[in-house]
Amino acid sequence: MKSQINLRNAVVALVALGLALLPVYSAATGNIFILTLFTRIVIFALAAASLNLIMGYGGMMSFGHAAYLGIGGYAVGILAHEGIGSGFIQWPVALALSALYALVIGALSLRTRGVYFIMITLAFAQMAYYIASGLSRYGGDDGLTIYKRSTFGGLIDLSNRVQFYYLCLACLFGGVYLIWRIINSRFGMVVQGVRSNEQRMQAIGFHANRYRLVCFVISGTICGLAGALLANNTDFISPAGMYWTRSGELMVMVVFGGMGSLFGPVLGTIVFLLLEEVLSQFTEYWALIMGPLLLLIVLFARGGIMGLLGRLSRA
Amino acid sequence: MLVLVEQSLNGLQFGLLLFLLAAGLTLVFGIMDFVNLAHGSLYMMGAYFAATFVAWTNSFVLGILLALGATLLLGIALEFIALRHLYGRDHLDQVLATFGLILFFNDAVRLIWGPAGLSLPLPAWLTVPVQIVPGVFYPAYRLSIIVVALTVAALLYVVVMRTRIGMLIRAGASNREMIGALGINIKLLFTLVFGLGAALAGLAGLMQAPILTVQIGMGENILILAFVIIVIGGIGSIRGAFMAAIFVGMIDTLGRAFLPDLLRMVLSSAAASTAAPALSSMLIYLLMAIVLVVRPEGLFPAAKR
Repeated sequence: MKSQINLRNAVVALVALGLALLPVYSAATGNIFILTLFTRIVIFALAAASLNLIMGYGGMMSFGHAAYLGIGGYAVGILAHEGIGSGFIQWPVALALSALYALVIGALSLRTRGVYFIMITLAFAQMAYYIASGLSRYGGDDGLTIYKRSTFGGLIDLSNRVQFYYLCLACLFGGVYLIWRIINSRFGMVVQGVRSNEQRMQAIGFHANRYRLVCFVISGTICGLAGALLANNTDFISPAGMYWTRSGELMVMVVFGGMGSLFGPVLGTIVFLLLEEVLSQFTEYWALIMGPLLLLIVLFARGGIMGLLGRLSRA
Repeated sequence: MLVLVEQSLNGLQFGLLLFLLAAGLTLVFGIMDFVNLAHGSLYMMGAYFAATFVAWTNSFVLGILLALGATLLLGIALEFIALRHLYGRDHLDQVLATFGLILFFNDAVRLIWGPAGLSLPLPAWLTVPVQIVPGVFYPAYRLSIIVVALTVAALLYVVVMRTRIGMLIRAGASNREMIGALGINIKLLFTLVFGLGAALAGLAGLMQAPILTVQIGMGENILILAFVIIVIGGIGSIRGAFMAAIFVGMIDTLGRAFLPDLLRMVLSSAAASTAAPALSSMLIYLLMAIVLVVRPEGLFPAAKR
């Protein structure tokens, strides 16, 4: 990560500044909707960033990241339903369960490669989806309404829109910072080395799968945090949010922005969700445009937004 | 006992239906190395075409034949316009591009046919129960699905194993560059295989249509089942897809039918009725996970590349 002034870094800095100042704009214009919209965007950006850690740097195409959103969310929802409202309990439980789930399915999935890996992560996520559908005590298919957001002993008030937004933003920036530290650490270098040439890394004595697995667990845990945030944002959690198409959307956000670049997934999420919002105001058939657009991006804009910005700055 | 026979037939029927879907998917996957998530959309389109054409023509058979042709053409058009540019790209690109197509097809259907589902009524001659053995009756329509799917499976076997085009398909599956080098028009071959896969998906969709409602997103559930099948059976293997489809169809159907009673033997009644639906939905994913862990290449892998 050389620090230099180019178009990419300028855009990233501007977006980060924009995200930080968004509540100010919202308050000044009285536009509350934009704050609500961006809270959602910031949460999904965190999930996409976590997916990018294993997809972009680890070469592991997980098609099951929606499961962590669900696990994190259900941890918050179920504990709240049982009368435990403290975030100091809910959130660590959400993270621990996500990590545990990632450890188990990662250990099994990492025995496979390529398209088999895509499929097995998908299969495990579908299992999680059906388990959630079977939780009849907690709403089953219909989902569970969360009547009270997580409490933090009066430190942060999650029902205050601005405070909640900044909490989500802090989680996003914290997550991206963590990922940045990871990919530039020795550990992260090994993971990236395994992606490029597994045999060589094995030959010089690294247990490739152990590194992969740890990376997989970290990614899942971060995504579980996004799940806890999302449940608090919507005050609702249901199996529908764990369906495989949600995992597909997360992959789209990552690739939209640029896989394997630190801020790519954040930009990708912003563009994807904003586009969805804007298109759906013109027409209720927004996916009619979004679908082919996605196809065109895959065909013609490899490297996503970050790749595009990189080419522009070189030109 | 009667229930067991009936449920086994249901399982067989569902399995054969899944085979039609999985066969097309694995042909495309095995030969072109192309992951087509939009395969489920073709299944959905088959069902919508059938419901529409049957209503227009007032004839079940004519409508179905038209629907089959329409899905075939749609598949060929799709391959020609978009998908042929994605061969040779990595699987992730294909997953994303075809994910985009799912979005497109779902909204296109919503635009054309509206958000409410359609139904495809059966003609009278297909609704009578048929006595298969003395005392056992089975719906004629479900029986006809079994017959049609078995016929198609046999035809597919003959085409793939006994004809020149089948030889090229098999050759393409094991070495794509070589058959291109032999002067075969590989682009045309791919287009044909894709069209065949689309028609098979359409056939599965239109046959399922009278049993379930024709609705948006109907392809997404079953697509994943088809992927599970080809992964269990071994990617690119028609035989593997056939065995795995029957297996998955049986397990899924019998699991849903008998798991609640089985669980009731070991659990309290309330716990069993809570756990059974989730567990029976999970069974096949569990099966797939076990197969992948034990035999990552699937149970009946295609010939080595």
